[in-house]
Amino acid sequence: MLNLESHSRHHTGAGRGRQGTSAHRAGAFWSLFVGLMVLWVLLSGKLDAFHLGVGVFCCLLVAALCTDLFADHFDLRKVIRTLYGHLSYLPWLMWQIVVANLHVFKLALHPKMYDKLDPHLVRFHTRLQGPYAQTSFAQSITLTPGTITVRVLPDGVFIVHAVDGKSGDLSALRDMEARVARTFGES
Amino acid sequence: MTVLIVVLLIAGLLFFVGGTVGILRFPDFYTRQHAAGKMDSLGLMLVTLALALGSLHSYSLEEIFTAIKIMLIMLFIFLASPTATHAIVDAGLRAGLRPWTKEQREE
Repeated sequence: MLNLESHSRHHTGAGRGRQGTSAHRAGAFWSLFVGLMVLWVLLSGKLDAFHLGVGVFCCLLVAALCTDLFADHFDLRKVIRTLYGHLSYLPWLMWQIVVANLHVFKLALHPKMYDKLDPHLVRFHTRLQGPYAQTSFAQSITLTPGTITVRVLPDGVFIVHAVDGKSGDLSALRDMEARVARTFGES
Repeated sequence: MTVLIVVLLIAGLLFFVGGTVGILRFPDFYTRQHAAGKMDSLGLMLVTLALALGSLHSYSLEEIFTAIKIMLIMLFIFLASPTATHAIVDAGLRAGLRPWTKEQREE
């Protein structure tokens, strides 16, 4: 439960290295509280005073304990901008996933599959900076056309396993990278 | 609505079947992960989406909560499945298992 929550709160990559001020701390605390509370109401499904009261207590406690995890690089505007960016990115990604699946589906059922397959490893240097942008990009690569991110090296080098000649196409990866950059406000 | 749900369920099941066939037919560990990681996550997303829609009968608050909970499961799969694929493929490469290549087939 907490994992999901922290993930959605977490998309604030680029502000690393800045010290959390008290305003940052307050912002992080209340954003975390509101997010947890929404999740609480969703999962409990009960709106009477007792359940809401217990929820407020628990969420305050968890938010107080966990604020330190985000306070250093928390920026609510950036979180909202990133979530907003996902509105246009996610539908595109979904469509890409469907295309990718049809591709692998065809490969799996192809009678001459072994002629089609040509697995190889590709090195790819990304210009994405933030850890969340890089993570999101790696996940997207894994989910889409015939490619799996094998390893992400600290300096932004991705090692990608492509299943056939078409899949390791660098221009497709560049296109996706540009979209992720736009989503995370890095372009 | 029912038509949409049935279409989604069947599409999801088709992808599961494709994924299973892929796991059985692909030549090595890494290519199999392509089938397992991608097809299963899309199949599961389609099936959970169908279940979420299927749980809405009268659009009461409770049913909407249930649907949103199912969507949260979908979100979790969406995040966890590629992570697991990535972790297991990386572990395979670290352990020294070489990917199958076209040349190996011609030997």
